[in-house]
Amino acid sequence: MEQKRVVITAAGAATPLGLTMEQTWEQLCEGASGIDKIKAFEPSGFPCQLAGEVPDFKVRKYVPKKYRKATKLMCRDIELAVVATDDAIRTAGLVTKAIDGDNINIDPRRTGINIGAGLISCDLEEIAPAVSRSLTDGKFDIKKWGKEGIQYLTPLWLLKYLPNMLACHIGIIHDIQGVSNTITCGEMSGLLSVIEAAETILRDFCDISVAGAAEAKVNPIVMSRQCILERTTKDYNDTPDKACRPFDKNATGSVFGEAGAILILEDFENARKRDAAPLAEIAGVGQSASINKEYQHLEPDGKAIAIAVKKALADASIEPDKLDLIIPHGTGIPADDMAETRGLNTSLGESAERIPVFPSKSMLSTTGAASGAIDLAIAAKAILEGKIPAARNCDEKAEGCNLNINRELKETKINYALCCGYTYGGQTAAIVLKNING
Amino acid sequence: MIHPKSKHRVVITGMGIICPLAHDIENFWNALMEGKSGIDKTTIFDASTFPSTFSAEVKDFDHLKYTSQPEQHNGCNRGTGFSIAATAQACKQAGIDIETENPTDNIDRERLGIYLGAGEGSTDNDMFFTSLAESWDNEKREINWDKWANTALPMMDAMRELEQEPNMPVSHIAAMTGARGIVRSCLTACAASTQATGEASMLVRNGDADVVITGGAHSMIHQLGLTGFNRLTALSTKNDSPQTASRPFSASRDGFILGEGSAILIIESLESAKKRGAKILAEISGYGSSSDAFRVTDMHEEGRGAVQAINAALVDAGITYKDIDYINAHGTSTAENDSIETLAIKKAFKERARQIPVSSIKSMMGHLIGATGAAELISCVLALRENTIPPTMNLDDPDPELDLDYVPNKPRKVQLNTVLNESFGFGGQNNVVIVKRFRE
Repeated sequence: MEQKRVVITAAGAATPLGLTMEQTWEQLCEGASGIDKIKAFEPSGFPCQLAGEVPDFKVRKYVPKKYRKATKLMCRDIELAVVATDDAIRTAGLVTKAIDGDNINIDPRRTGINIGAGLISCDLEEIAPAVSRSLTDGKFDIKKWGKEGIQYLTPLWLLKYLPNMLACHIGIIHDIQGVSNTITCGEMSGLLSVIEAAETILRDFCDISVAGAAEAKVNPIVMSRQCILERTTKDYNDTPDKACRPFDKNATGSVFGEAGAILILEDFENARKRDAAPLAEIAGVGQSASINKEYQHLEPDGKAIAIAVKKALADASIEPDKLDLIIPHGTGIPADDMAETRGLNTSLGESAERIPVFPSKSMLSTTGAASGAIDLAIAAKAILEGKIPAARNCDEKAEGCNLNINRELKETKINYALCCGYTYGGQTAAIVLKNING
Repeated sequence: MIHPKSKHRVVITGMGIICPLAHDIENFWNALMEGKSGIDKTTIFDASTFPSTFSAEVKDFDHLKYTSQPEQHNGCNRGTGFSIAATAQACKQAGIDIETENPTDNIDRERLGIYLGAGEGSTDNDMFFTSLAESWDNEKREINWDKWANTALPMMDAMRELEQEPNMPVSHIAAMTGARGIVRSCLTACAASTQATGEASMLVRNGDADVVITGGAHSMIHQLGLTGFNRLTALSTKNDSPQTASRPFSASRDGFILGEGSAILIIESLESAKKRGAKILAEISGYGSSSDAFRVTDMHEEGRGAVQAINAALVDAGITYKDIDYINAHGTSTAENDSIETLAIKKAFKERARQIPVSSIKSMMGHLIGATGAAELISCVLALRENTIPPTMNLDDPDPELDLDYVPNKPRKVQLNTVLNESFGFGGQNNVVIVKRFRE
């Protein structure tokens, strides 16, 4: 049997820079920032008042009429995944049950779904009234809660917040019945989901996979968690577009946000048969784990990044000097950016100083699980268009950073692009994309 | 991506378990043989006024007894703690060195992976409920976010927050074992650890890892977990008889029993096991996964997704429905699951459906949610070893509609070679793993 190849035939997204990948890409190329004052709640009492929030949308518009009622069971994370998937499926030219039930052009059983998610927090405004019914002398009383308070929650409350519900809703909306998984590895959920989706195609479990991730981090509890873990900047509340500064000397932490990014992965032969033009090929993948006493940070020498990148290059059968673009994790958290820089130097050698680096979070914020999937979508667009957007806010490189941060929109042929990253907890991943017309 | 043409056989060489029935493998099996119940009144928090006042708790447990590096693990959540202990047991059996700079177990750390189906840890309830109580403005019907931040932020503990993340069990296990290979964690509800084991077996089969620490870890016995499942009316409310409340396939079944625990399996390529001289416990030969694509609240009425996952696993194992000697059911004791699972078994196993023994150990262990599939898979490996099927307890009032051989109330001696483990998640993700007796 011929060696199978996995290609990306479309990228869909809902990001702080737009409700489609096309809009997001245009905005990135124009140098826009998606970071602003938080609108989801009144942030003045919080140390960091900034976030990358997705422009307003109504999820009802993205689902078939019959399914509108079920949108009540969608938390924001699910909504973002639904919107991004709609974009991806339409862009790919796939006709699913939701697009046009009479002209379906996928085999539901041979279509897989692998959508990563974060730790979803419940909507506090929804649960607060129930809590307020469960007080004794102003204090929360678990006995009252068990007896009365919980009755004020909708019966299906839990189902809104299970991480696998992103994939489940999308599976129902588009009638996708094949292999299905939900990877929950923090900020690596996106890259790992795409890797696993590609594996399911290689091992012939499916011909097409809807893969990526979504997460909505703009929830007071989630934002506060990042704050007390000291991953958030508190210093740029008056200048939102300057706040997220990966690899910059004046970086003091990241800004968090929300997004969904979904790729359509396809067996190359399947894409060829239906005349779909791939954006790029998944040429190689690598994974590892950081081992660090402080679980919230990447180990200082970035060894786990180095292992993952080396494995991805070996899997793609290329040397580091073949890379024309790197999209790193680059959060703006100084210790992590430094560790990642070291990992890239270890794995890429001299090429680390030459290859253009585009830290997308400088414009999109750190969107949790979604971040790796967005980076892949950006890398695929960059390859297709032969363009690398300019990163924001890296005005003067941090001491010890020798990476070639791309600061001006660059038009250039990209043969190979690398996306890599890590998450709190330590999992790392790297993916090499190849220009199919290379 | 390089995808090798030669495939590896995948064998199990170590197992460990912390669950409501036992804190080690041998006592787990003994409990299953004796038909014990791990279910009792909830003690972790005051659940006395909830619709369900009982659960399947892990009791008298201290994860720090299983590690020589308490500073690395002391702040972890319950599920992570269980996974640390179960991993220590499994690694010991498989001969994997843990907590050492210089392992001598002949495993390349960059080819040692981890894949768990693991759940999130409990919310910091004191902080969570207090800050909402303080900040809710009942007149305006909104939260005063200033007040919320002023209450919540000083109460929040950074590590307590981080340790809630569902990937923390694999992070702790990486720290413990030095694993530098592929590390993933998934959370497909009640199917998570069957999925993790299946996906991990694919990594070994395709040569992406030599050894993978796999299985699951989860505890949802906490205030919001119980709230959520009680609101769904998914839990049994037989508060007067907790020990017999889990009644899979019986006429009087009324819901599952919320449990907790961790089950860990060491799987590796046959070459790796032989090279290391590890004792082989069983072989994983098939994996199937599917999606119901039906409703978020219900299983597909005809068991479509379940049947597809079973068939996919059979095809993957290169066998047919005629080759299965025993089915370890998802068997949750809910009205819906047990009916539809029975229907799915009838469809997938055709004329043999009534001849194949089917049992649910949830009748004794409760439902460990994300960790349940791996615990059940361990019971399958032990069933193969002992040629004995663990029973479905409390099946004294059969549901006339459910007419398979559910191995009621006492274990059964029977020659077993190939067994199939089913797990179905809320939302319709279905996973099936097949294990068989190892033969050269």
